[in-house]
Order: sequence, then structure tokens, then C-alpha cells
Amino acid sequence: MTDVNESLAKSFGLNAEEWGKVLEIMGRTPSLTELGIFSVMWSEHCSYKSSRVWLKELPTKAPWVIHGPGENAGVIDIGDGLAAIFKMESHNHPSFIEPYQGAATGVGGILRDVFTMGARPIANLNALRFGDPSLPVTKRVVDGVVRGIGGYGNCVGVPTVGGEVNFHPAYNGNPLVNAMTVGIARKDKIFLSAAAGVGNPVVYVGSKTGRDGIHGATMASTEFDASSEEKRPTVQVGDPFTEKLLIEACLELMQTDAIVAIQDMGAAGLTSSSVEMAGKGGVGIELNLDDVPQRETGMSAYEMMLSESQERMLLVLKPERSEMARAIIEKWDLDYAVIGHITDTGRIVVKHKGVVEADIPLDPLADAAPLYRRPITETPKPAKLGPVESNTPLDQALLKLIASPDLCSRRWIFDQYDSTVGGQTVKRPAQADAAIVRLEGSKRALAVTADCTPRYCLADPELGGAQAVAEAWRNITATGAKPLAVTDNMNFGNPEKPEIMGQFAAAIKGMAAACTALDFPVVSGNVSLYNETEGKSILPTPAIGAVGVLEDAAQAVGYELRPGLTLVMVGETKGELGRSLYLREILGREDGAPPPLDLAAERRNGDFVRARILAGDVAACHDVSDGGLLVAVVEMALAGDCGATLMGAGAAEYWFGEDQGRYVLAVKDAAPLLAAAAAAGIPAQHIGCSSDQKKLTLPDGLAISLPQLRDAHEGFFPRWFA
Amino acid sequence: MKAAILLFPGINRERDMILAVRQSFGRDPVVVWHKETELPAGTDLVILPGGFSFGDYLRCGAMAAQSPIMQSVKAHAERGGYVLGVCNGFQILTEAGLLPGALLRNAGLRFLSMDTMLKVERNDTVFTSKWDKGAQFRAPMAHGDGNYTADEATLDRLEGEGLVALRYSDLNRNGSARSIAGIFSPNLRVLGLIPHPENLVDPLMGGTDGKPLFDSLAAA
Repeated sequence: MTDVNESLAKSFGLNAEEWGKVLEIMGRTPSLTELGIFSVMWSEHCSYKSSRVWLKELPTKAPWVIHGPGENAGVIDIGDGLAAIFKMESHNHPSFIEPYQGAATGVGGILRDVFTMGARPIANLNALRFGDPSLPVTKRVVDGVVRGIGGYGNCVGVPTVGGEVNFHPAYNGNPLVNAMTVGIARKDKIFLSAAAGVGNPVVYVGSKTGRDGIHGATMASTEFDASSEEKRPTVQVGDPFTEKLLIEACLELMQTDAIVAIQDMGAAGLTSSSVEMAGKGGVGIELNLDDVPQRETGMSAYEMMLSESQERMLLVLKPERSEMARAIIEKWDLDYAVIGHITDTGRIVVKHKGVVEADIPLDPLADAAPLYRRPITETPKPAKLGPVESNTPLDQALLKLIASPDLCSRRWIFDQYDSTVGGQTVKRPAQADAAIVRLEGSKRALAVTADCTPRYCLADPELGGAQAVAEAWRNITATGAKPLAVTDNMNFGNPEKPEIMGQFAAAIKGMAAACTALDFPVVSGNVSLYNETEGKSILPTPAIGAVGVLEDAAQAVGYELRPGLTLVMVGETKGELGRSLYLREILGREDGAPPPLDLAAERRNGDFVRARILAGDVAACHDVSDGGLLVAVVEMALAGDCGATLMGAGAAEYWFGEDQGRYVLAVKDAAPLLAAAAAAGIPAQHIGCSSDQKKLTLPDGLAISLPQLRDAHEGFFPRWFA
Repeated sequence: MKAAILLFPGINRERDMILAVRQSFGRDPVVVWHKETELPAGTDLVILPGGFSFGDYLRCGAMAAQSPIMQSVKAHAERGGYVLGVCNGFQILTEAGLLPGALLRNAGLRFLSMDTMLKVERNDTVFTSKWDKGAQFRAPMAHGDGNYTADEATLDRLEGEGLVALRYSDLNRNGSARSIAGIFSPNLRVLGLIPHPENLVDPLMGGTDGKPLFDSLAAA
């Protein structure tokens, strides 16, 4: 028998104060299983103990929000009686230890969060951050993560339609894998997790339980060190085939009236699902682990309660419908087992082989969960960038920039993801600023994107947080869709360090301001802290996933340039090179202040652009972000395999500045657009035109052929992995 | 033309296929669960869509080829019925012995998801009548195991008897023998192909290049 004491509690991640609370709640020394339950429920990953006080600052309400944070995923009304259900979630720690399985199970986990609410998943996205590409370990991690995302997503048949990738040495020992799923349900058929009905059966559905992933939530709540390799056994193994069966079985069961409550078994597995379902319903729950389908022999109660085996769901059913439910689940060759029932005791009671292994009151477990307002140190505001001297010719700077790891084409990656399965993908990766997926049986479409600029967040976390929200809003706007809501995935370092907690608090402040200004509430999210290796933190990375809606999918525009069009830039250009990619890649500097964000102008410019798109006046539209104006035009030219001729001032600031709130529009006739902009007080200027020659012509007469641009832009990944 | 779409566990492009069939045929196909033993009465065309039947955890298509419904699919083919297998469906047809050869891992050992160009080798079949002979069309691909292979004698026979249906005409990305993307049975009534014409039947999704396959079948 393992002795349960303060020292064991410490090794489970509970500090002395938390251990004291456990003793107080239990009135005795807890059993090993009980200690396990407390430690995972009170882990940072499950309890949000460091972040909760700050997350409350985010705006979460709007008339179209059906369920905000607190459910498995956020739910918004998208018209036609339909709801979009979505969330982004991190799987960072497992993805460093075992990249393929870490990423694969990240996709599996977020899918379950969405279909558990009754939604058919229609789109997957991912936001990935990797270390220095010159390191062999980075190549291994990139390869494994990309294969893992593809291996899982392709098999379950949900199109992977978008995402983003950054590289920075700060992620060397701690890559970020943030996976997002968007699903669709009828808005009157949303399934929640609150258990009800004393005596109702608690039913286990899906894969069998093994010893994989035990204490994964605790692992996700600590820093990495050299011994992290030893944690490999805590990484779960994904089975996308079973997930596909689980999706179809659950959606089929949801067509009936059998389900009272349903929740996936994610982090902390059976523990968190049963505790949360009973807790939310204000009831009790009794489990008999003898009946849990098991993959391995001799599993203890502790192991079963803490296993993070994948592809499992917990359901509370109406007793009179349980045999019908069994028939549906077993049709899909999945395990179906009644493993307990709902009680009125307000306690979770876990029995195994005739012994009560755990008996914990639920309210104190939830209410006494630790909540910390940790000390913060504000990040000093960076000094503005002074004048910049650069002798690099425009064409050389451009070719170098578009070939750099952070700006080069992601084609090599998305060519490994099935983006068309489902038959509804209107705009695939690298065709538009947001992916467009039509809703089956409707004219409507969703626009989905994932965005964050961590180098801005490091310099100024408040501005960076706001910028991430604004860029997501802009990307949706640039397709013509109306931005509706966001999910956030807050990836930060060790919250016990005041400067890290300061980054977190500032990022939230910036996000809240942008969400408010843009009517863009946060409806779901996930926090991943302790992203540090050997005491060094990642860049603060508040990744934003966003969803918008188009009433008619045919109105969506992409950024593929076509011949015979005029190029107009909307938004003001001052030439902000602070923290820009030009500064870093061409001049080798990472300083200055990030480009300022004027949220009122952001909204004004975006609303103007969207209105022009919906009026049918715009053939192509691209937001101006990383790399600035010239890079945006090159991306349009390459996407459409169409040349362009540019005019205008020749300084680097103009071409490569990363001023916010800007778009490049390709239109048949610039005059009405410019007149409308002038009337609305929106800065807009004629910057050039498309061309039927396959080259980019710059103002000083320099020209670069499209094949040369394409070779530079698309060469990095294939050469890296050749 | 009355169509039945087979549903094996792990298949994931059945909805795409239903949309394409509905659009050209003017009516919905019947979806048939793999544990059934009989095809619906009056079935003219059996479609095996793409996906990962049984997770492709054994050889691709090997498990599905043993499903109960496949006995009646074989009988249907022997009677001269039409059969279309796309991607995993093609793999299942080779595993079931309804088409020769096998689909190996892609030559580059990576999943391939992009559009490819295909050349129509003959247009005097029920599957290809709406194309011109030699026509080229675009089709999305999404597969990990599309590398068609067979022994030289079989390949020569396929070529000699005009049973090569489609060839990759821009790049042979998956390494298929003789750039073969799709093949017919000797009676030209069974077609297996790796790319997904069903994903390009709507201008909104980027084009209608794949629609002639379904229009051809609808006209048969």
C-alpha cells in the first residue's frame, strides 16, 4: 500500500495549503484514489486556479451567444435554426514528449468537446508554434505533429481547413499544438453535461480503459526538465477509427430522446467527467469500476479514475431508453457499459471489488478548489523604433522575407491534411484569409481562422492580445463574413513568476478591449500554463480561434488575384517596422514597439471592406499582416498565379511595415471604391493593378517572375524535409 | 440508374458522394450498412466511397472486403452490375478481387491532399461517356495509399485491353505504376479510382470537373 501523506500529495502537484484543504474536506486521511481525484481536479489544467480571476474580465455575451464559457465548447446562433459549436484546446506538453500522438490526441480531444454537445464537426484548424528550425529536434517535432494532426483528422473525416505556424527559439523545448474544432447543430438540439435524475444509469461508451495518460493533467501543469522524456508513458495514444465510430454513434443516439447528459472523458478522464457532470447537476454519482471496460488486467481504482485513455464518453441516460441506446452504440461496435447511477447524496462514491475506494463531497471539491490571484509584474512598454537604415534592395528583401520560416508558404503542411472531405469546403487553405465551409443543406457558410502574433505579445502583451483578436476579426472580414465570436487558447509560462502572470493579465486586458470594440465575445477557451523548459518561458501566445458567418456562401471572396483588376489598399500606412518580420529577417533585430492598434479604425475599415464585398464589388481581398503590404500582394499573386504591377513610395517602411487595420482589395473599377472610402472617411489608395504577365513589377522597374517568387515562397518546407 | 452507397465503419466520404449522386441522378442513393447481406432490390450501381474503413489498421480495404455485404456486391458484379469504388472504395475492390492489383503507401510516404489532373483514357464506357476521349480534368486527392501496383503482366494486360480508365496527367505524385489513377474491370462495368471527382461537382467548391462522371452514370 502506498502511504498517503503530504509528501505524496506534493508529488501529485498539491502544495501544503492544498493538502490541508483536502484533509479538512475529508475529515480524515484520503485514500490513494481520493488523493488522485483531488490532485487532478485541483491541477492548473482542470481548475484554472491561476487564470480564473483574469478570465472573468473577458466579454462573453452577445445576443447571438447561446452558451459561453463553462460548457464543453462555446455555442453561437448562426441563423437558419443552426448553431456553431467550437473551441480551441492545447496539447502542448504531450506534443513535445511524443509529437505524433500528442498532436493526434489533441485533435481527438477537441473533436469530442464539440460533438459531445450534439454538433457534427465540420472543420478543424490548428495553431502551431515550433522552435528554431535549424535544430534537429524541431524538424522531428514538426514532422511528428503534422503527421499526427493529419493522421487523426484525415481518418475521422473532418476537413482540416486552416491554421497558423510560427517558429521561434523560445519554443525550442516547448512547442505549442493548439487544435480547434467547429461543429454544427440544430440550436434546439444542444446537449449539456449537467447530470439529473436520481437512479438514472451512468453509461460508459467508447474505447476500453488502459493505463495510458495517467496524471496527464498534472503533467500539463508543471514545467519541463531533462527528465520529461521519462513522462512518455503519460502520453495517450489516439485511435481515430474509434473516434469516427464514436462521432457517428453519438450523433445517431442524439437523434433520439435517450440522453439526459453527456460529456467526453478528456483530461483527468473518468474523474473529471463524472465529477463535473454530477457537480453541474447538483446531484451525486456512484460508480462501480468493476464494470468499466478495461484494456489491461489488474487495474486499480486509482488507475481507472485517472486514466486518460482516449475516445471515451460518459452518458446519463433515461432508464427506459437504455436498451435502445445500447443497440445503437453496439451497432457501431463500441463498448457500452452501465458503470453507475445518479444519486441524491451530493457525493462521488467509487466502488471497486466491493471496496469503497473514494467517497468525496462534490461541492467542497469544486468550491474549495484553489483560486489564486498571483502577483503580477507589468511588462515595461517597449520604446518605439527609431529610424531604420537599410541598404537591401526591395526585390532581395522581398525574396528573403517570403522564404523565411515564419512567412513562407505552408503548402507542404496543408497538403498533408484532407481539406475537402465533406464536400463543403468553399475556400481551402491559401485561398482566402479564413477558410470557408458551407453548411450542408443551407446556403450559409462559416468563415474560420486562427491567429496570434507572439512576437508582438512578448513586446507588449496587452497590445499583442488585442492584435490577435483584431487579426482574427480582420481575416474573417476579408472573406465577406460577419465575425461572430472567438475561442481563446492562452499559452503562457510559469504563472508563479510575476512577469509571466503579468503577461497573462495584460493579454487578457488587450483581448477584452478588442473583443468589446469589435462585438466579438469569447465563448470558450483553454489555458495552458507552465510552458517552460529549464526555466525559460515560451513567448506569450494567446491564440485566437474565430468564427464568422456568411448568409450566402457564394458571396465569399478569397485572395486569389486575377488579371484585369485594380489594387486598392484600405487603411492607413505609417510604416511601422517595430517588431516586424522585416526588422528581424532582414536587419537581424527584434526590437521596437509593435504596430499600434486603433480599434475604432479597425472596425471602421473592416465594416467598410465587408460591405463592399457583400455588395459584390470586390474580386479578391487580403488583409495586410506579417511582412506588410508587399508580402500581401505577393501572396495574392501566387494564390491566383497572376502578375501584378505596383506603384508608390519606395521606402522599406511603406512596403514592409506591419501597420494594422489594412486590406488589399482587387476590384474591376477603383473609382467608386475610392469615392465611397473618401465619403466614409476611410483611408484608401490606388496601389497598382494585376497583370496578364506572370511577374511582379515594382515601382522602380524591378521585376520578379512568379516562378521565382513561388520557388522562394514554397521552397522552405520541401527543402527542409527533402 | 438506382444507386446504393455502401457504408463500412470508418468510411468518411459518403456524404460527399451522396451530394454528387443526388445532383446528377435527381434522387438520393440508398445507404447500405456493411452488415447487410443483400443489396436493395433493383440496384443498378453500387458505390464504395472513400475513407478509412476499419481504420485501415490492417491493409487498406482488407477488412471491409470481408464484410457481409461484399458477397452480394460480388454477385452483383458477376451479373454485370455497375460498381464504382473511390479511394478506399478502390482499395476495397482490389482486396475483394473485383479489380486487379493493389494500392501501396504513397511513394513519398506522406498523405497527399491536393488537386491532380487526370486524363480520360476512353469515353465509350458508362462512367466516362460525358467526357471526350483524352480529356483532362481536375480532381481533388486525399490519400495515404494511392500508389497503384500490379505485376508487369497484369499492367500489360490492362493497357492492352484498354482497361486503364484514368491516368495522372500532370504529376504522378503517389508513384503509381504507369501513372494509373483508375482501372476498369474487363467488362467495363467496375471502376476503381483514387482521386475524388465527387468533391468537384459544384462551382462553389472550385469547379465541376468531376461532374461528368456522375452525369455519365445518370445517362446510362
